[in-house]
Order: sequence, then structure tokens, then C-alpha cells
Amino acid sequence: MSNIPSELKYATSHEWVRNEGNGIVTVGITEHAQELLGDMVFVELPDVGDNISTGDDVAVAESVKAASDIYAPITGEVVEVNEDLEDSPELVNSDAFGDGWMFKVKIEDAGELDNLLDAEGYENSIDED
Amino acid sequence: MTNKTVLHAKHLESSAKMVDFHGWEMPINYGSQIEEHHAVRQDAGMFDVSHMTIVDIKGDDAQAFLRRLVINDVAKLDVAGKALYTGMCNHEGGVIDDLIVYYFTETDYRLVVNSATREKDLAWINEQASAYSVSITERPEFAMIAVQGPQAKAKVATLLNAEQTQAVDGMKPFFSAQAGDLFIATTGYTGEAGYEIALPAEQAADLWQQLLDAGVKPCGLGARDTLRLEAGMNLYGLDMDDSVSPLAANMAWTISWEPEDRDFIGREVLATQRAAGDQPKLVGLVLEEKGVLRTGLKVITEHGEGVITSGTFSPTLGHSIAMARVPRSVKLEDTVQVEMRKKLVDVKVIRPSFARNGKKAF
Repeated sequence: MSNIPSELKYATSHEWVRNEGNGIVTVGITEHAQELLGDMVFVELPDVGDNISTGDDVAVAESVKAASDIYAPITGEVVEVNEDLEDSPELVNSDAFGDGWMFKVKIEDAGELDNLLDAEGYENSIDED
Repeated sequence: MTNKTVLHAKHLESSAKMVDFHGWEMPINYGSQIEEHHAVRQDAGMFDVSHMTIVDIKGDDAQAFLRRLVINDVAKLDVAGKALYTGMCNHEGGVIDDLIVYYFTETDYRLVVNSATREKDLAWINEQASAYSVSITERPEFAMIAVQGPQAKAKVATLLNAEQTQAVDGMKPFFSAQAGDLFIATTGYTGEAGYEIALPAEQAADLWQQLLDAGVKPCGLGARDTLRLEAGMNLYGLDMDDSVSPLAANMAWTISWEPEDRDFIGREVLATQRAAGDQPKLVGLVLEEKGVLRTGLKVITEHGEGVITSGTFSPTLGHSIAMARVPRSVKLEDTVQVEMRKKLVDVKVIRPSFARNGKKAF
């Protein structure tokens, strides 16, 4: 069973969201998702300044096995991307919830966070897969 | 029903992630496919290939039968232990399977065929053998372990007894020898030196453990696929199948046209195709920018469309590579395009050999 930190929020499409508390959230993909994908070889991230809407395909995680779209879990403006993934996409495998983060979003409506799953809800959604 | 090899428990002990592979529950990786790939390119790795099918062909007509059955000519084999890569075609010139033939005497040969095609292959071989005095014996009592990489032979050497050491001493590539209980062959599917070792199933777990203790890394089917593709080796079912001519699968070199009176199955159709020169061909593609070429993607060339038969990320090269079937007029070094995630990307056409013996091969 993979790790599902209780302090994070989740989308059923396997993105996690960490509320940094200043209107900014950090987004990545879950440990469960990276396990399904296997060794990551490229990560294509959005550009800083992009306005993204919940459900948009905004990034691509390309593993040896498959290319997988990553969806915006929340609406807002991309304010930072994890440039380390350019040279070290394997950080997504080794530390999905830490160094493997993907991008940060200045959120438009903090209320949207309530629409995301908590750890238990995400765990239940994986069990249904 | 899912088949398990005799090494199944050993895979679980090494935390393998198991998947269904054509009815066999096999390890896809033991944590990281890329690390396993590098182990084979840089040191030594091993694969459980016990699911592959070993078939012994013996009898007065063994040579005559195989000269009919496969497109390469087994009469070229005249040194005991020598191996030959070839295809087995149907009457329409499509590839039923690719296989290795090991020669012992003109009345004694061993075939190793794919596991995915086992039933089809055995039915075909038995059907074709009816007019010949041969016995066809499948050997499921053998397990098989492939040990591959620059340090593979040295690490195996630490485990061999005197008789086995003597048997493999100076053995050239594509040879084999029976040494005690071990059938040791210098064949493989990774582009590295090493051995494929067949042995009685009940001894396999011990050998696997000894190899682990000697520092050989267990590797799954995932790494096997990236290694074989880097080496430019075909995978049955992707790069060729019953509907594909060996001429369209980079296997023309395995067809022996001489002597002209050898009537191998498919000869007439293949000779007509060869004269017409209109079969597509299998080439290598290289993508040096981001992205991974995948099976089934469309290839656009000025001579018409083609298709990627197998594509992957190359851990050795750090970018994507693929094999593709394209119109014959496409030339090596041409730039063609692949339709990838709704956009067109430029790729370079090369001979399908990307990495060998640890290094870039083009």
C-alpha cells in the first residue's frame, strides 16, 4: 500500500495538492500514480504565467511504460514550476510528495479546495480502481 | 489459468512486480526497470526466461525437416553446438515465429521458440513433420536463465565446476554446450555478452540464488524490452507476425536463398516479393528531443506512411528510439516525421541498431 499523507488534498486523477497557506498550492502526482507509471523519463510542465482551469490537461508524465496526462486539480495561475524535473524526472519516483512536486498555482477561489478529496477519500477511490 | 515458472517464489523474494505475460505470471521489474537496464549494460543482470519453449528435434530426417521448416539453412551448421537465428514462415510467407536453432548432429537439433506462440508453433511443427522421420519433444522440465552484461561471464565463471568451465572456455558468440546438467549457450537478447542457461527445473532456484550471491542483478521483462530494442532485435507480435514477410521485418539476412533447390516453406512467395522489391522495410528511428515514440504511432515520409512497430525510451542513450515499418524508398539518414500527441516531430532514420556492448551503435 503506498503512502497517502493525511495533510494533503487529492484529485481522483491522482494529483495531490498542498495548501501553502498564502493563496498558493503545490501540485504533484501521488506515490500510487508514480508506481502505476513506473520509471519516469520526461516530465512536461506548464509555463509560469499559464492560467489553468480545473480539469485541463496541463502537464505530461512520460514513463518508460506510457505517457500520462496530468490534470489541473484547481483553477488559477501557474507561479512556479519544478525545474529540477527537467534533468531529474526520477524525483517523481523517488519522492512523489516532496522533491518530485510539479508546479505551484496561485488559486483563484480557495473554496475550490473543498471539492478535493481528503486522504481517506483518495484511498477509497484507488481501491475502486 | 496462469502459468508460473519454477522461479516464481524467487521473484517474490526479490520484491518483483509480477504481471501477466501471455498467460505467464512474470516479473516486469524488481523496483526500477531503468536500474535493471543499466545493470545489464554496465555489469551483469539475469532474466528468468523459463517460459520460453524448448523443443528437441531428433531423427534420421531432422536436417531435411528443418531445411524445409525454417527460412535459414541448417545445413550451414557443421560444428557441434553452433546456433542459428531464423524465422519460420507459413505458406503465404508470413512469419509464424522467430527462433534459434542449436545444432548438435544432423540428427539432433534444439529449437527455442517464443512462449507467446507456443501452441501455434508446436501445432505447425508437428503438422509439417508428418512426412519426416523425426521426433518432436517439448522440454518443459527445463528452466532457463539468461545472464547478460559485460561482467556476466566472469560472474557465472565463479559458479562453474571444472567440466563446465572447460565447456565454455573460449566459446564464441552463438554457440552452446551441454556441460553436466547445464546447457550453456552464448546467445541472448540484450546486445551484451553472456549466457542463456537451460537446466533441470528443480535446480533453477539454487542457480538463481548463487547468481544473486555473485552480484548478478535480477531483471524483469521491462528491462528486457528496452535492452532488446536498443540492440535492434525484433519482438514477435510487434515487429513481425503471421501477416508480415521477413523481408519487411529486417530478417532478409536470415533467409538462405542458396542452394536454389532447397524448398523451404514460403520460398515461392518470398522470392516473388524479393523480385518485386515492393515490401516495406523495418528501420530504426531516433528522437533526440523530449517524448517517447510508442508502438502504433504513424510515421509520415515523402514516400508514404509507415508505422512504429516498437518504441521506447532508451536508458543508455537518454532519448527515445523505435523500430518502424516504412516504405522501402525511405533511406538511412533521412528525416521523417512521427505523429505524436497531436503534433508532428522530426525523427532520424537509421539502421535498427542503437546500442551494443554498452555503447551507442550509430
